[in-house]
Formats: sequence, structure tokens, C-alpha cells
Amino acid sequence: MNTHSSHSSARQGSLRRTDLILPAIVESFHKLDPRIMWRNPVMFVVEIVTILTTILLIRDLLTHAPQPGFAIQINLWLWFTLLFANFAEAIAEGRGKAQADSLRRTRTETRARRLLANDMGAYTRLGLYQQIPAPELQPGDVVLVEAGDFVPSDGEVIDGIASVDESAITGESAPVIRESGGDRSAVTGGTRVLSDWIIVRITAAQGSTFLDRMIALVEGAQRQKTPNEIALTILLAGMTLIFIFAVATIPSFAAYAGGHISVLILVALFVTLIPTTIGGLLSAIGIAGMDRLIRFNVLAMSGRAVEAAGDVDTLLLDKTGTITIGDRQAADFIPVPGIMARELADTAQLASLADETPEGRSIVVLAKERFDIRGREMHALDAHFVPFTAQTRMSGVDIGTRQIRKGAVDSVLATVPPGPAERALRDIAETVARGGGTPLAVVDGGRLLGVVHLKDVVKGGIRERFAELRRMGIRTVMITGDNPLTAAAIAAESGVDDFLAQATPEAKLTLIRREQADGKLVAMCGDGTNDAPALAQADVGVAMNTGTMAAREAGNMVDLDSDPTKLIEIVGIGKQLLMTRGALTTFSIANDVAKYFAIIPAMFIGFYPQLGALNIMHLVTPQSAILSAIIFNALIIVALIPLALRGVHYRPVGAEALLRRNLLVYGLGGLVAPFVGIKLIDMLVTSFGLV
Amino acid sequence: MSVTGWTTILVFFLTIVVLARPVGGVLTRVLAGERTLPSRILGPLERAFYRLSGVNPDEEQSWSQYALAVLAFKLVCFVAVYLILRLQAHLPLNPAGQAAVAPDLAYNTAISFLTNTNWQSYAGETTMSHLSQMLALTVQNFVSAAAGIAVAAAVIRGFTRREVGTIGNFWADLTRLTLYVLLPACLVLALFFVWQGVPQSLSGVVDATTLEGAHQTIALGPVASQEAIKMLGTNGGGFFNTNSAHPFENPDALTNFVQMVCIFALGAGLTNMFGRMVGNERQGWAIFAAMSVLFMVGAGILYWSESHANPAFAALGVDPIQGNMEGKEVRFGIVGSALFAAVTTDASCGAVNAMHESFLPLGGMVPLVNMMLGEIIFGGVGSGLYGFILFAIIAVFMAGLMVGRTPEYLGKKIEARELKMTMLAVLCLPLVMLGFTALAVVVSPGTSALSAAGPHGFSEALYAYTSAAANNGSAFSGLTANPFWNVTLGIGMMIGRFFVIVPVLAIAGAMAVKKNVPTTSGTFPTDGGLFIGLVTGVILIVGGLTFLPALALGPIVEHLSMLRGIFS
Repeated sequence: MNTHSSHSSARQGSLRRTDLILPAIVESFHKLDPRIMWRNPVMFVVEIVTILTTILLIRDLLTHAPQPGFAIQINLWLWFTLLFANFAEAIAEGRGKAQADSLRRTRTETRARRLLANDMGAYTRLGLYQQIPAPELQPGDVVLVEAGDFVPSDGEVIDGIASVDESAITGESAPVIRESGGDRSAVTGGTRVLSDWIIVRITAAQGSTFLDRMIALVEGAQRQKTPNEIALTILLAGMTLIFIFAVATIPSFAAYAGGHISVLILVALFVTLIPTTIGGLLSAIGIAGMDRLIRFNVLAMSGRAVEAAGDVDTLLLDKTGTITIGDRQAADFIPVPGIMARELADTAQLASLADETPEGRSIVVLAKERFDIRGREMHALDAHFVPFTAQTRMSGVDIGTRQIRKGAVDSVLATVPPGPAERALRDIAETVARGGGTPLAVVDGGRLLGVVHLKDVVKGGIRERFAELRRMGIRTVMITGDNPLTAAAIAAESGVDDFLAQATPEAKLTLIRREQADGKLVAMCGDGTNDAPALAQADVGVAMNTGTMAAREAGNMVDLDSDPTKLIEIVGIGKQLLMTRGALTTFSIANDVAKYFAIIPAMFIGFYPQLGALNIMHLVTPQSAILSAIIFNALIIVALIPLALRGVHYRPVGAEALLRRNLLVYGLGGLVAPFVGIKLIDMLVTSFGLV
Repeated sequence: MSVTGWTTILVFFLTIVVLARPVGGVLTRVLAGERTLPSRILGPLERAFYRLSGVNPDEEQSWSQYALAVLAFKLVCFVAVYLILRLQAHLPLNPAGQAAVAPDLAYNTAISFLTNTNWQSYAGETTMSHLSQMLALTVQNFVSAAAGIAVAAAVIRGFTRREVGTIGNFWADLTRLTLYVLLPACLVLALFFVWQGVPQSLSGVVDATTLEGAHQTIALGPVASQEAIKMLGTNGGGFFNTNSAHPFENPDALTNFVQMVCIFALGAGLTNMFGRMVGNERQGWAIFAAMSVLFMVGAGILYWSESHANPAFAALGVDPIQGNMEGKEVRFGIVGSALFAAVTTDASCGAVNAMHESFLPLGGMVPLVNMMLGEIIFGGVGSGLYGFILFAIIAVFMAGLMVGRTPEYLGKKIEARELKMTMLAVLCLPLVMLGFTALAVVVSPGTSALSAAGPHGFSEALYAYTSAAANNGSAFSGLTANPFWNVTLGIGMMIGRFFVIVPVLAIAGAMAVKKNVPTTSGTFPTDGGLFIGLVTGVILIVGGLTFLPALALGPIVEHLSMLRGIFS
């Protein structure tokens, strides 16, 4: 969880804490509305009993009952309990709201140039257009966007190429290229064209654009309880009911023993026993989980997706860019028999001089390293560059009549007649491929020289990451278009658990379905249109922001940085979300033991003085004991807000080790902490003479 | 405390450890419909039952059909038992000429026996005819035990099945368990008891004149046959009023030991059956271990407590070395009584060989707490296991969250629906135990039945409803049941049985249709020490914390008073 990119932390910094706290305090009072409280059963029950005791307090004050100080203080702390819980939720929401506001500011009331189709039914840059306000655009409309214009709505580039500033959405200041066709054709409303022009077919209706959805998401407007949150709420509601039975029966038990216990004390006991800590922080934890993803520059379309991420069993990772660094590097020059390696290197270097691709540059570098062949000036040689095309699948230089080419083995061999050199080269090429490399044949005017061994470079540290994932119980599968030989070699080198070679979109989809049939949850990321079915099928589908609109629609998360390795962190964030809930629930329930020891002796000591023996904390008076317990109960909510927002520390170790650690910290800690806390508060309360 | 005492406890426990596996094997085979030795002999009988009742044993039921079958069967049982008790004066086999059982008592007794509680608001030898004992009560002892095991089996099937809607056939489970497990085992046990001197006779009372010339009426009856199933089926309803303290029910130390072993035998075997059915016996042993921890702690405290003399007696000059012998049989001694009390309340047996009311306060609190936890320490046959599974579900839910995965147990995801049913079942126990106690201690028909005042009287009331809701059936004694108690205890027993059975079957149904999630190293293992510790903690905190205020006002305050020499 250490790869936060610089701009995301910058954005986080812009939301200063003080800016959030004041609105959150105001919001805490708004949230006292029972119609809002109702969503949280534990706190709703607290509100009901608090209102009840307040009414009783008012009655007592009106009738001038003696010594109202204690009742006033208990009432005050009951209300604080509610406000603190609301505050936790408000502050979690506040971060999203502030982000949404900054997004809204970037959404300007642009005017769109809606193109009219010409006689041929086509749209051209020079065609007629109407100026209309952007909100009037319908899906299917075609607009022209030129340098300096904002893209009026989400759409697909159907003509032209332009550099686009997407910083409003991604926070990334470097412009990106958007062009028609291919996987970089999606444009997003609210981004700005910096140079050139594009013709865009609008795909999203107003109100459901990417920006709209993003605002809604960060604001939590569409927040629905996730399945796991619902289950936990049921558990908490059940516990609350159990304690209703436990507390509601006490007056009758006390009556049998000849005692009487006031409603105020019963309410105090009840509120401290029910799981208010987790009840108060539950929604804040959920919101903060989504928010952590957003600050990580990943947009989850639903909380459900975040939860699913924590459960992922199988991770499908694209080889290129995730497991290997995107580019292959030249690793060796292997000449055919009769050719010196130096000559091969020299020729390959010539062919690559003007080749600005990373592969080309790596050949130049390798030639210098191995044979100290220096760079040469292209025009000094009177050479001109022959670029790579998809048809020829070769590139090279022409120096006078001398034609030097390097390229795919099959394409190069097609240009020369069969012979011993050709057979030798084929053998070399196969050996290279079997070792996980890509062979690049070099030919100098019909004379085969040999093969440049291009190697996929496995990213540093990826092996350790996979080992980490294995400890977490996650199986990794590498997806690659390479042949099985190459794929197997890279899989072995990178330490990935399995691989899918020569992957077609259908093969990917089949793999996902097969895993899911075994009950496994699958996560993958993708960017191209042909990834869309697999993204939709996967339980967690992370679409790259640079990808096509289809891919972005199909996935349930969008990675604004378009960094496929993030999938690993997303899983961690999902797990962290559940762990935070579990840890605080455990803590909350474990707290009850100490609270019983504080309140039971205080409550019954009036008619059974023997029970004073249970006052093992030696709290000064019954009143101070009850007040301390209720103060502790309220303050612990505030104290745990940072933990709820940050999430508990997650380390990728096995389940057993993780549970042992969390049980120790939050179970045992939850048992001990209130004994210390209540005792301290009791000392403070009595030294200030509050009771 | 003595070495002999601790050795007895240890030997008893080791016997249970040794028995668990073979018993589990038999149960598994019988419930799977496989051929066993008894089925080769009694097979025609089983098939005859099916033909007569039109049941197809291979036709599986959905959870709701299964639950409906259980409820329908129980309704028929209720009507039958009620009618026999009401009409016993006009029916045969009534040598002692017992009159008809009063309506509220007949209702209470019928509910009590069909829910496997065997709370007895009557003295058997002065209330029931032989026919009532044999046809009404003993038959219920068999079928209520079989029904409990059947439900447990259905619940386990829910976990083992993948994407199917059915969890077995209740009628087949009931028939097979009765014919092939309970009947043969009880036959052997009854013979053993007869050998040890337990009467098995259809004659009525025997008149005797003692050496001092006093006239004595000695009740007889078919005791041995009822004794066997009373223990094995964790029923606990004695033939005589004093239950297993009576020399005709429990003549000597050997029968005492065998009776305790019988109480745990099926419950322990069921944990092993659980492991076998889910395909990993370690899963069963983990449950066994968690139950053992709770058993050992309870039995240890009880033995420790009763080994000490009541300070009030010691002050009167009674030799404290005897321990607290009040209300105990000399032939069993401290350990034989303390261990029996722990065992009978761990399992929902409810047979007693000593008066729990006469235990020291903390000693008397152990049986109370055992029952409050829901009778899941080996527990009632079947009910102990499915009750334990409820706590296991809560434990794995918490554990799952804490390791960052959607919680799962045995490869099944625990989601909102299962948790809802779990909480429903867990909730009903404190509702009955605390709710009815709260009522009984403030209304006069309730308090008038209590024999003691102050905290001890409170404990009597709390014990009664706890025993009823947990389907234990033991009494703190001292309570003189009247119609108020008979009616409320009857309601408590029904809630404690059926408000658990229906939700657990619903859980089984929900589990059966789910996919199996493969186990990975990210899955929390439920067969290790951590699970055992966690589930024990959950049982104590979720099951126990609720009762702390009530316990404080009963045994705890009594204990503190005793220490300070305050006697109310």
C-alpha cells in the first residue's frame, strides 16, 4: 500500500482538516433526524432511549427533583454519544463532498458544436454545425471539439486525433492522446482538448456521464449498504435486542430483591452494553473505504465491488505492463553460422539508429555495451529510415542501395530464398522463443545475419509481490498473447502461479467462467473493447481510464491512473475494509465486560451491599462509576474515528496469523482498555467534583 | 478435592474421547442409510413402517418440508401423550390406581417430554401409571431424542451439499435413528442396569416392614428400560421423583459412571459425525475440543466449590473435610455428584443425582451457566450440535471480518440471511430465561411456589426457566409447581425447542443451495486452536454476558453473602 502517486496525495492535501471539521459538526446535528437515524438500528435505539431520559429529566427539573446534576450529566453524555457517531459519519462523507465540489467546479457550462451530417451521411470537420448548450446533447449526437474547447459530454472519437488534458478527472497534468479507432478513443466530459481536433459521438445522456457518476460516488449520494454491511448490521441489531432483554428484566429482578433502579441508570447500562462503538462507526468505515480507493485514484462503481475485491481468489494480470515492463529489451546477438556476432550487432545497430521504439533503442545500447559500437549520424551516412508497418512487420534503413531490415522472423524469411542460413536462423529463433524471448531477424540486402534476442524484462520485485499474494491465498494468472513456450518461461521467471497463453477474449472469458464455477471470485483489469465481456464477467473488473468507453462501462471500477499493478492494492483495500469492521466489532463487544464490572455493583449496591466486591476497579461512588462508563463509551467513538477512517493495518500474511494479531490487539485490547479508561475517567470526574 | 476425584473426572473425559469416534461412525452410517448390524435384523421393520405410512425414504425434503414434518410429528406426539395422561385411570397397566393427570400438568408433561426437556412437575411414582410411563413418556424419550439428532443431521447436510435444495428425509432419519441406534443401545443398557439391581417389573408397589417395624411402601415398575433411554437420549425424566438419586434408578458408583458416559456418548459422537459428513474429521474434533474446554472449566469449578464446606456449617462444628455433602448421596460422594451435575447440565439431560439447590452458590451457578449458554457443551442429542453451530456461525463471521474476507464456514458463505436466522435462534433463549423469570418473581402465583426467599428463591425461579428454555429439565428443586408455572414453563420449553429448530433448518436450507467456496490460505481455518479459542470466547461473551445481572442477583450475591456470613 505504498504506491500512492504523488498527485493523489497532493489532492488529499488540498482538503485541509479544519475545512472539514466545522461542516461535519453542523452535519452531526442534522443527522439526529430520526428519519436518517433509522438506517442505523443501534444508534436509532440509543436515540429513542436518550429522548426518553431527556423527557424524564425535564419533568424532574420542572418538579424540582433534588440533585439533578447527575441526571443532567448522563443526559449530556448520551447526546454526545449520538453526536459523536454522527460526527464520524459526517467527517467521512465530508472528504467526499469536498472532492465532489472541486469536480463540480471543473464542469463548466460549455456550448457544444453539434455537427450535421452531410449528403453522404458522414460528419466532417468542415461540415455545418449548430451551437447548442452541452446539457441539450443527446446520445448519438456528433460534436466537433477543437483546441481550447471542453469536451461537452462523454463520447467516442470517430475522427481526428488530439491531445487532451484530463487532469480534471485523473489529477494527471500530462496530456493524453485521444484518437479514433483502437483503444484510446474514449473521451470524458469536462476534459479539455489542448491541440488539434476530434469529432466525437456522444454516448452518455446528461446526468449519467462519467463526471456525474463520479460526483455522485464521492458524495455517497447513491450509497447503499453492502451485503456484508447488512449482515453485520443484523448481528449488531441482534446483540442490541439481547441486551434489551438483559436490561429490561432488571427492574423486576430488583423489585423482587426489594430495590428500585431508576430509568436513567437502566438506560446508562443499556447504552454502554449495546455495541455503540461499531454501530456509531460502521457507516464511516464503509465511506472511508470507498474514499481510500478514490484517493488511490480508483473509482469503484459500488461498495459491493470494494467488498468483493477483498474476497478475490484469482487475479488475472496482463503480462505487458503488469508483470513485465511494457517494452522488450535486446539481450543478445546470435549470428547464423559464418557470420561474426560483431557484424550482426553493427548491422542491427544501423537498422535501429532511427528507430525510436524502446526495442530499437535497446539494440543500440546493447551494441555499444558488447562491441563498443558507437552511434552514427543518419544523414552523414546518407541513410534514410524505413519505419515499421503492420503490413511489412519490419523496419530498417536504406543506405544507397543497401537495404538493411530487422523484423519478425517469418516476415524476414519470406524475403529470402530457403537455404542453410534460413534453416539455421529458424533454429535459433525457436531456441530464443522457448527461452521466453522474442527473436528479431536481421537481414542485410538478402544476406541473413542472425537474430537479436529481445527479452521481456520482468519487473523488479514482482516475484515478491506474487509470493505475498500467495500467502494471502490469492492465485495469480498471467494473461498473454505470447505463445505457450514464451509464456511458460516468463511465468517461471516472474513466479506467477499460472498463465493463459495466446489469450483471446473468448479464452479469457472461458477462464473466468471456469474459475467462477469452482466458487472462486475473479479480478482482472483491461482496457480494450475486446476486454469488455471479460470485465463484465469478472467479479472485480478494473477498467483503465485510458481504455475504451465499452471497457469502462463493463468494469465495476475505473483506474484513473491506468496502472494495472494497482489490482493488487485494490484487493488489500477491500480486505482492510472488512477487517476494520471486524476489529471494531470485536473491540466493541469485548468492552462490555469492563462496563458490567463498573455498572452492576453501582446499580445493585443500594440493596445488596455485598456486591460492592465486584467493584474491582475501586470506582469512587456509584454515580461516578456509571458516569465514567457512559463517558468512556462516548469518548471511545471519537477516539476510534481516525482508525475507522484510516482502516486497520493490513499485512499480507495468512489468515491465521492475521486473526491472531487482530484478536490480540482488538479482542484482548478491547477487554483491557475500558478497565483502564473507566478508572482514569472516574479519577478525573471525582477530582473535579462532578458527582 | 482429592487425587481420586480429579482422576474420576479425567477417566470420565477420556472415556468420552475414546467413544466419540466409534459412535460417530455408527451414526454416520445409519443416517446415510447404509447397512449396519441392527439394520440387517430390523430392516424389515423399517420397510414395513414406510409401507404403512406411505413414506418414500429416498425422497428428500426441502428445509421447509423437513421443518413442517418435525412440527407435524410433534403435534401428533403432544395429542397422544396428553390423552394418555388424562385417560390413564381408565387405561390398563395401572396397578397403583393412579388418577387422571390434571390438565395443566398433562400439558406441561407432554410438552416437556416431546421437547426432550423432561421437566417433571410431578413425582413419577405417585402420579403416572405404568402405561403412561411406558407408552407416553418412554416412547417420547426415544423419538424426541431421535428427532433432535435428525435435525442436527439435516443441518450438517446443509453444509455438505452444493447447490441443491434438499436436506434429507425426516421420516427416514427418525425411523433409522430409533431402530438402529437408540433401540439396540438401550436394550443392552437396560440389561446392564437390571444386572446392577435396577428393577424392571410391571407390578405395582411392594409393602415392606422394616427392622424397626415401620411400614414401608416401595414403588416398582419398568425402571431399567426407562433409565437407559433417559440417559442416552439426554432426556432426564426419572421414573421416581428423586431421579438418579434414587437407589432403584442409580444403585451404585458403577451405574453412576455409566449414566454419565451415556449422557455424553451421543453428543460427543455427533461431533465426530459432523466431521465425517463434512469430509474432515478435524472439523468435528475442533468442536469437540471447544466443548471439552467449557466442560472441564465447569466441572472443575463445580468440584472445587463442592469440595469446600459451607462456612455456616463449619461454624456449627461440622468437619469441613467432608466438603459440602448437603443434598448429596453418600454412595456417590462429592465428585460423583459434582461431575454428574456438570454433565447433566452440559448436555440437556436434566437427570440429577444430587439436589442442585443444596450446592454452594458458585457450585449451583455452574449448572445454571451451563444451561444459559444454550446446552451446547456436547448438549442435548442433536440440539447440542446445532446449537453449537449457531455460535460457530457467529464466531466465523467475526473471524472472517477480521481476516478481511466474506465470512465462510465449511466453504459456505455466511451472509445476511443465515445471520438473521442465527440471531433469531440465539435470541429466544435469553427472552424466555430472563423474561419469564422477571414475570414470575413479581407475581404472586410465581413467588408463592418458591421455597426459599431472597437470592436463593430468585435462583430457583431463574433455574426453572433456564432449564425449560434450554430443554434441560433438571430442577433446582424447592419449586412447588402450580398451574402458573406449568403453563409458563411449557411455553418456555416450546420456544426453546422450536424457535431454534426452525431457524437452524432454515440455515441448513440456505447453505445447501450455496456454492462451495474453495479453501485458500486466505481462509480462516475452522479446525485449529484459534477457532476453538474464538468460538469458546464467543459462547462465553455472547451467550454469557446477557445473564450477568441476573447471576449477580442470584448466586453471586449469595456467594458474597456466604463469605461475609450474612444469611438471609
